[in-house]
Amino acid sequence: MTKTYPNDIQNVDLVVLGAGPAGVAAANVASQEGADVVIIDENSSAGGQIYRAPPNEFKPHDSFKSDEYQEGEKQRKILKNSNVKALFKHRVWSISSDLVVSIVGPNGLSSLHTRSLIIANGALERIIPFPGWTTPGVIGLAASTILLKSQFVLPGQSTVVAGCGPLLIAVANGIIKSGGKVSAIIDLNSKSDWIKASPRLLSRPDQLFKGMSWFANIMKAGIKIYGGHAVTNTKQVDNVLKISIAPINSAGSIILDSKYKKIVEGDCLAIGHGLFPSTEITRLLKAKHIYDPHKGGWVPLIDDDFRSSIPGVYIAGDATGISGAFSAVQKGRIAGMTAVRDLNLMSSKKYKVKIKSERTTLKKNENFGKAAVILMKFRSELIQTITSETIVCRCEDVYRSEIDEAIESGARDMNQLKAWTRCGMGPCQGRTCSEAIEAILASKVGSRELAGQWTGRTPFRPIPIDQIIGEYSYDDIPIPKAAPL
Amino acid sequence: MNKKLDSKFNLRVAGNRVFRKGYATVNIDGCEIKAPVGEILAVTLFVTGKLTLKYSSRKKEPRGFFCLMGSCQECLVLVNDRIVLACQEIVEEGIIIKTGINK
Repeated sequence: MTKTYPNDIQNVDLVVLGAGPAGVAAANVASQEGADVVIIDENSSAGGQIYRAPPNEFKPHDSFKSDEYQEGEKQRKILKNSNVKALFKHRVWSISSDLVVSIVGPNGLSSLHTRSLIIANGALERIIPFPGWTTPGVIGLAASTILLKSQFVLPGQSTVVAGCGPLLIAVANGIIKSGGKVSAIIDLNSKSDWIKASPRLLSRPDQLFKGMSWFANIMKAGIKIYGGHAVTNTKQVDNVLKISIAPINSAGSIILDSKYKKIVEGDCLAIGHGLFPSTEITRLLKAKHIYDPHKGGWVPLIDDDFRSSIPGVYIAGDATGISGAFSAVQKGRIAGMTAVRDLNLMSSKKYKVKIKSERTTLKKNENFGKAAVILMKFRSELIQTITSETIVCRCEDVYRSEIDEAIESGARDMNQLKAWTRCGMGPCQGRTCSEAIEAILASKVGSRELAGQWTGRTPFRPIPIDQIIGEYSYDDIPIPKAAPL
Repeated sequence: MNKKLDSKFNLRVAGNRVFRKGYATVNIDGCEIKAPVGEILAVTLFVTGKLTLKYSSRKKEPRGFFCLMGSCQECLVLVNDRIVLACQEIVEEGIIIKTGINK
């Protein structure tokens, strides 16, 4: 293949996708070694979702500044003071196999041809469907953290917080701190699940202490916690959400017997069943993936130095497997150094020395992050809450019954299911429903590996046609001079 | 047409904890309201009590914002007659928002 590009395609050493903690660390370290680095993020400033910045027009008073806010400010400053070229409010919508990155931004389309690529696009929130999950007022736990941390807005007057993992506690505590009311916490994990995860939390005593103080706030506020319970249904009656919950037994099944059913109420349900690595870009690039529940799900296969199976493509942060924001920094730094080492911009001696200390810190932070992964792992009993009349794919309104029918008729992998039912074919590209549909199919065909993943497709995000053509009109079409008669 | 949109309570954290630089007038389905400049539009609509932003493509079911980070595509609205994700837009003076499209 000839590799000639139009003059307006800029050549760079490294493109970093995502300006969360991993991306910022990777871009910064690579730039320090002299690489020509561009970082791209669809938000208007760095921080990712964990350190999501408030708008420039908002400023929390000192007493209301969270640790996340301070850490985010620190990272935004690091990036600002570096030589990294940052493209904020820019979305990558496609990447070719020879690493031409197609971008859409406020000024229309552009492309970058890069020698190497670091994918630090983080994680997505897993929310396994249940009847009523599409009701307006039912939102993700991650969405709730954005409301609280970046917008300083409560998710509701009285919020039911449900699901699992650290976000559950973070959202409940955030609501209390912001002066709001949590009507109940519905936790998939029981007390003993938390105790089992706790030894790993000791690897970061500072954070364990923080988590315990959040718990203390929740206890002090007298909030009812339903441990070992799942949300099974949500109905809107006037302006109130009536949320049915049911206990999970020790064998890992939800007890659907109406005798055990309870109903909690609120005007908002914030729910999330854990995080899973985002693989939309690595799937498009046809990188090798493996299914690893200890990493949150499907992950691109990487070596110890964060190289993917595609030459010149590196992965960093939660996209390599969920382990949290602290470890994302070391993952980013190692990926960044490996990329510049492979570009021969760093001596192998210097690389070896620098990488060693990063690995030590990574191990400690990863151990802490793994406690969270245990609490957020996919729980197969949640498939019980997807009744046949439940919409699984929100974009195309595909019901569980249609998915089951297609499987009964012989659909054996994710792409077949998509072609037969349209599930995952809508504008979200399957990001919202892939976990649920993979789990349903895996329960029939035997494993996630056999169910497979959807083939990665472009555009990653829908792009309006007017953004593609820009300010182009008929008058801009050059009219060639008429040939002489 | 100047119906009043009244939310029953204020979900925004009070000004003694968070400084907001200024307010802009935006038009939501024909009603003019004041909203903090820079706020995510999906959040403004939510706080104003506009929970339903669009109707789903096949079953015409009501939908509101869900992920708030540009992933789920459930918060489509019209801003100045362009279809956009309300979670990727911010409050600016004079914008005209229409909710309730079928997409």
